[in-house]
Amino acid sequence: MRTLLFLLRKEFRQIFRNVTILRMILLMPVMQLLILPNAANFEVKNITVCIVDHDHSVGSQRLVTSITASGYFKLALATPSYRDAMQLIEADKADLILEIPNGFDRNLVRDNKQTLFIAVNAINGVKANLGAAYLNTIITQYNAQLRTQWIQPTRFGPVSQIEISALNKFNPYLNYKVYMVPGIMAFLVTMVAAYLSALNIVKEKESGTIEQINVTPIRKYQFILGKLIPFWVLGLVVFTIGLLVMRFVYGIVPEGSVFLLYGFAVVYIFSVLGMGLLVSTYAETQQQAMFVAFFFIMIFIMLGGLFTSIDSMPAWAQVITRFNPVRYFIEVMRMVVIRGSTFDDIKMHFLAVIGMGIVLNGWAVLNYRKTS
Amino acid sequence: MKSTSNPTSNAVVLNGIGKTYENGAVVAVHDVSFDVRPGELFGLIGPDGAGKTSLFRILTTLLLPDAGTATVAGYDVVKDFRAIRGIVGYMPGKFSLYQDLSVEENVNFFATLFGTSVDENYDLIRDIYVQLEPFKHRRAGKLSGGMKQKLALCCALIHKPHVLFLDEPTTGVDPVSRKEFWEMLQRLKEQGIAILISTPYMDEAMMCERIALIQGGSIMSIDTPENIMQAFPATLYAVRATDAYHLRMDLLAEAFTESCHAFGDEVHLTLHTEGIAKAAGMEDVVAAMRARGHADVEIREIAPSIEDCFIRLMGQHHA
Repeated sequence: MRTLLFLLRKEFRQIFRNVTILRMILLMPVMQLLILPNAANFEVKNITVCIVDHDHSVGSQRLVTSITASGYFKLALATPSYRDAMQLIEADKADLILEIPNGFDRNLVRDNKQTLFIAVNAINGVKANLGAAYLNTIITQYNAQLRTQWIQPTRFGPVSQIEISALNKFNPYLNYKVYMVPGIMAFLVTMVAAYLSALNIVKEKESGTIEQINVTPIRKYQFILGKLIPFWVLGLVVFTIGLLVMRFVYGIVPEGSVFLLYGFAVVYIFSVLGMGLLVSTYAETQQQAMFVAFFFIMIFIMLGGLFTSIDSMPAWAQVITRFNPVRYFIEVMRMVVIRGSTFDDIKMHFLAVIGMGIVLNGWAVLNYRKTS
Repeated sequence: MKSTSNPTSNAVVLNGIGKTYENGAVVAVHDVSFDVRPGELFGLIGPDGAGKTSLFRILTTLLLPDAGTATVAGYDVVKDFRAIRGIVGYMPGKFSLYQDLSVEENVNFFATLFGTSVDENYDLIRDIYVQLEPFKHRRAGKLSGGMKQKLALCCALIHKPHVLFLDEPTTGVDPVSRKEFWEMLQRLKEQGIAILISTPYMDEAMMCERIALIQGGSIMSIDTPENIMQAFPATLYAVRATDAYHLRMDLLAEAFTESCHAFGDEVHLTLHTEGIAKAAGMEDVVAAMRARGHADVEIREIAPSIEDCFIRLMGQHHA
């Protein structure tokens, strides 16, 4: 126990002496939490649309107004020439063309039917898809308005209509930040715990100090605990900073228990530290450790559900995410912070992360024995 | 620190130690056996790549031998590795202390790892530590090469080890610090600590009580430096002329030459003592070289150095 205390004291002394790392540990979570949620926004806005209006009627004007008033579209050009509009698409200055045919309004009244033409610039797939969908919705709404105006209820009897109204549970205004901030916190804690622990141990290998340590009576478990505990603490410090930024900058108050969050963070960091430790047992240089850790963290983040929904991944990718600790932490963060989940809701997450922690740490410790 | 080892037994015993790397493709050490007696200063002399560091790593329990057995202070290096770790001091060839900790912090840290304190064994390191004292708040990484070696020695001695392993402690250190370092070792020897030291510098071999000459992973000879030099089987001559390079080439071409190596601006020469080429004396050598156009040819008989012995043994070893 005494030896462990001395090891910890030495470890913290070295960490506090490395000003760059210390600054990164404190600044990184704040900076990332301030920048990322504001920049990485999935809502598609500012879709530029060209309207080729051959009709110039009251009806076509009303359609154009309801499109531009929706907030999603920016009118790039209103022109009677389809070729002009196409040129803007080719110059990548417009995303959509809506062509309103000549006699749109008159024919709609007379024939009860009319055709509109939408051309989509599909280079940015997401924007194109969503843009076309938004535009469709607006046109459908416009259509529905027209019908209620024209159809005389007394003559034909009530027309049944289905109107869908959606209620956004847990995040009523669909505030993107409420969704992103807890996820980014999970990512930050992962970075600090996995990278720093892997690099720190490999640094001892590189400088040869590990040889000097190995010739002392110090036990392996003491050495490993001496390495894990400081980064455990640092991980929780980063987590705390993240919670404070979330509360005071974004005003997000966790619906669930903060203690539950900390409880999960403690288990989660143990598991991620195991990954760092494992990398360090295989890597001989800090460069190797950096690259291997980067490789895994990249995959973990991409398949972690932070940016893309796991449910929309192909089945094989969903299987991979089951072995991704980051996924569980992101889910737990969102469940507890946004939905107010209790321990009962996330107990399977606890089990999964504890299991991974035992496997990773156990593997690392076994591998450590073998190589010395 | 107490130990149950038998004080009359040898400090280090190696018995047919072998080690290969890459599944036997690279032989690092082959069938090495020698003893280091209690309180002895034993030198392992050999060029880079001779297997010195592998032997040190086996004896300090950092590496498992493939063949043979070895004990340190009576403990087996494989079975009793934990006991050995408490009673040996090891100074690797590469500076391996925490560069971002200060001198004082490094010494204290290693003292606590061994469950002791600086004060407890201060008399052992005092001579060395007083030289470090002015720099004790300086970070180890910022010390000069000589100071780093002294600090490493302090850290290796802090727990009053029974055996001290020093792997090339003087490589890359200036001549003055090297001399100081060996003086410190002589004083440590008086404290009864057995020291196994390796060096590629042949001149340092003379400072050891006994030496083992090692080459290509095998021991060529083990004895006191004096005995090894006396055992040199031939008369050694130093030849000098204005053109040392061609002098050696021309001597090699002569039938009477048995061996011929360049040493600085001289050539060390031994002559055949049997067969048709026999009977050449110093005068014959001078005459032959003059005949080949060398000016100012001088020859004298010299006592062989360890390096002469080493080179000669190396030649026999390969034959």
